[in-house]
Amino acid sequence: MPKKYHIETKKIPPRLPKIGKFGVVDWREDCARCHNCVKKACVYDRYRQEMQYIKDMDEFNNMYFECMGCFSCVQKCTKGLLALTANPEYERMGNGYYTPDIILTTWNQAETAGIPVSGAGYRGKFTGTGFDSMWTDMSEIVRPTRDGIHGREYISTSVDIGRKSKLLSFEDGKLITPLQPLVELQIPIIIDMFPEKYQFSNLMPMLLAAAVKTSTMMIVDWEQRSLIETHIEKYLSHIIFYLGKDTLLPAPDILKKSHLIEVADDDRTEQRIQKIKAVNPELVVAVRVELDSRGEQRAIELAHNPIVEVIHIVSDINGNQIGVEKPKFIKDMTRYIHTALVKEGIRDEVTIIASGGIALAEHMAKEIICGADAITINMPLLIGLECRFCERCRDGFACPAKIESIAPRYGVGRMTNLIAVWHDQLIEVMGAMGMREARRLRGETGRALFFEDIEEETFGRLFGKRIGN
Amino acid sequence: MEGSLAKESGIREILPENTIKTLVPQVEVSREIRPVPPRYRNEIAKYIIRRDSNCTLCGKCAQVCPHGVHVMKPGYKLFAAPHLNVCVGPSCQKTDHYCIDICPNKALKMVENPMLKAMGDYRWTPDMIIATWRMAETGEPPSPEYGYDYETGASGGGFDRLRFKFPEKPPVELRDDEIDTSIVLNRRNDGRPQVKIDVPWYGGGMSFGSVSNVVQLSKARAATAFNTFTCTGEGGYMERMKPYDDHVITQIATGLFGVCEETIQRVRIVEFKYAQGAKPGLGGHLLADKVTPAVAKMRETVLGISLFSPFPFHSVYSIEDHQKHMDWIKHINRRALIATKVSTPNDVDMVAVGSYSAGTHIVHLDGGYGGTGAAPDIAKKNIAMPIEYAIVKVHRFLEQEGIRDKVSLIVSGGLRTLHDIAKAIALGADGVVVGTSELVALGCIRCSRCESGRGCPRGIATTDAELAQDVELEWGTQRIINLYSAWRKELVALLQRFGMRSVSELRGRSDLLMHLDYTNDVETSK
Repeated sequence: MPKKYHIETKKIPPRLPKIGKFGVVDWREDCARCHNCVKKACVYDRYRQEMQYIKDMDEFNNMYFECMGCFSCVQKCTKGLLALTANPEYERMGNGYYTPDIILTTWNQAETAGIPVSGAGYRGKFTGTGFDSMWTDMSEIVRPTRDGIHGREYISTSVDIGRKSKLLSFEDGKLITPLQPLVELQIPIIIDMFPEKYQFSNLMPMLLAAAVKTSTMMIVDWEQRSLIETHIEKYLSHIIFYLGKDTLLPAPDILKKSHLIEVADDDRTEQRIQKIKAVNPELVVAVRVELDSRGEQRAIELAHNPIVEVIHIVSDINGNQIGVEKPKFIKDMTRYIHTALVKEGIRDEVTIIASGGIALAEHMAKEIICGADAITINMPLLIGLECRFCERCRDGFACPAKIESIAPRYGVGRMTNLIAVWHDQLIEVMGAMGMREARRLRGETGRALFFEDIEEETFGRLFGKRIGN
Repeated sequence: MEGSLAKESGIREILPENTIKTLVPQVEVSREIRPVPPRYRNEIAKYIIRRDSNCTLCGKCAQVCPHGVHVMKPGYKLFAAPHLNVCVGPSCQKTDHYCIDICPNKALKMVENPMLKAMGDYRWTPDMIIATWRMAETGEPPSPEYGYDYETGASGGGFDRLRFKFPEKPPVELRDDEIDTSIVLNRRNDGRPQVKIDVPWYGGGMSFGSVSNVVQLSKARAATAFNTFTCTGEGGYMERMKPYDDHVITQIATGLFGVCEETIQRVRIVEFKYAQGAKPGLGGHLLADKVTPAVAKMRETVLGISLFSPFPFHSVYSIEDHQKHMDWIKHINRRALIATKVSTPNDVDMVAVGSYSAGTHIVHLDGGYGGTGAAPDIAKKNIAMPIEYAIVKVHRFLEQEGIRDKVSLIVSGGLRTLHDIAKAIALGADGVVVGTSELVALGCIRCSRCESGRGCPRGIATTDAELAQDVELEWGTQRIINLYSAWRKELVALLQRFGMRSVSELRGRSDLLMHLDYTNDVETSK
């Protein structure tokens, strides 16, 4: 049997105490010394190590941050001395889009490489904006492709990056259509460059190592190639060099050995692609299109040009359109572009890679359903390294999570874990949907439920027009 | 026992031979309300009264408070810990017994409990949890003076944005005893018993393994008291459940754990579980830590190995296959009704009709936001639709197909209060299944830690012998009976306001509802 795609993972414990959801307040003064201390009875043994923590005042609170919020100690203490509160430090984390819950779950996923599983039902809002305004669908009885948790080994997450022929012609049983070059990735996840303010140069070799371990590719700015600190030639099958608007083309031997390269979109895009293709016609070229006010139209326009193979659409880190007053969200922009190309009958010819706002594995699945062939990851990898999204680095201050001094084993391990667990969750969702291939998931909006549509179909008929949003 | 059809119709007499041998006498449980205090020393309250050092221990506060918040035991000089959970809070200010004002030394201060911020979530707000505890304690809906905002959650959609449009005055004045809250579960007219339950809800499937023995039994006893049902879930039929056979639904789920001919023959309803709303398409999960020797024995599996049920039934890939399965059960148990539990995909309406045509008596829809003992977070939030939409879709489609009155539509998945239940019925369900609310009545605080380690720290969703001791059977039974009683009273009061004699008159009356995010100007006729 051929080798199956599999990512080796290993538990990598955190370097820093996690910032937890809860904080326990403890008034020792009133303690009656009753010897029935509920702290002994904590199911999670949180108080067991109390002495250890007390020695180090800096980490004094950390013990409580691992509290699970069961309130048992609060309710059992003889004198009612304990109280549980929401941890304000936890609530302050993130930037509004990357919520504290997203950050905490990403830390846990990068640590354990396990799919987050919990008891009790869903706890969140009924619906929300962005990716929260859709659900994926499944079907009950009639689709024999599903096999629950068993049979997942038959689900393929691989995708092809490149231009595909619309039809194949044969003459005398022989294929006469020239085949376009394609790059096959085992997962629809590509590691993207980090926004300028969030760049840590020491991460570059680790990102490459994570890309190698997960058999995917990473986008590297050609100007920053020296940060990789290794023999680039050896890893060209895992590197996508990005050529900025003013960057000169790399030397021909690099172009000849690369599989995929990316150019910034401007009015010379076509000429640059031609130049690259002249050196290596087998090199797949992606065009990076910023989703600003005319980003969507530009992406559609590019898809019509037969020389363009891959369109990489990029929104800001929160998935918003760039430089617009009322920005559209990445999922809606992707859907718009995808639908336009489907209508014109050219969707299957180009590959679309989408970036920005994909903070969780569920976002990846939903973004693919909305029409992207593959997505990119950057900020979640940083969070996986225990970044708290405090954005101090953005303002030039030292990183409290000390990202600049992490060890490669830790960095590569945590990032590999996170990509592995995203892959597992994609399989989980596809398993429930009865899909066997990530290629088939792309644009499959029939297997999704959109809030506006389903509200209209059910409540709209009962209660009239929806007001507000 | 009131109105037990099991007894009246004599259906126990038509049991197959091999069941008769294992029959045990059925136990009766009284529906009487009895106050059951919380099992924790410090009950979490909405308001806290702080006593400062100005207190001269005069005892005035204890004298005036009619609720018994301040406790000064005879023979003691100091106050004991106050019973804050019975304090009605700021609404007391209007009365003549507001301790804060009455205290001669102004030593008392009232604040809203800051701990509430750390408790609950958007779907189960702290007020809703506390109000449910209160109902389980007293058997009465919490009086409005408590100021609990418990009828809706804070999720911002679905039930939480729906409200009833009550008439100013009921069209007919009805006494409590004139109102019928029962529903019939068999509408097929196929010669099988017309099983009737006294309240329009029954208990959801929770297996032994996911919850403790005591919890399962408490649920079964409460179901017996209210002449309704509880469900065994996927973990097999415990010996101790046998005295409640007539009120037990046994589940045939995809893992077929603990399914055998004899147990199928014991019960009046057999449920096929295709999927669970919280993890549709994935099959049941019982993580290794919870597979204790007892659980492993019951399920005929190996100790300490995670159990994942497959999805779907490997022998069911069509409606015809489903029918074949049902025929098999109907043949083994000639008196049983069949319930089919499915989740809520986009084509849920087709599934419901298909299931009806295959011969099911009860279509049970479990919505995406439903409860679970363990499910991947990605599935809980993202797969299949919330139940509110599914009820509307399925009810409408069954009506169009002309079969609405031939099948019972039972729904579940995030129904937390009687108000949710009534809204679900008004949207088109015949009845509902409840699960999490029962556990909250037993002291669940929704910390979401049911799945691993020793299980639930509050002794509910656990098979750890030590933790499970926290819940006593009598206590647990009475808490659920009290919750059911409070709900039934709320339901009767609601039907009174509409002048309806029976809960079945409420079914499908979405014209009595309004949605806060809509214009609500659609012409609707009954």
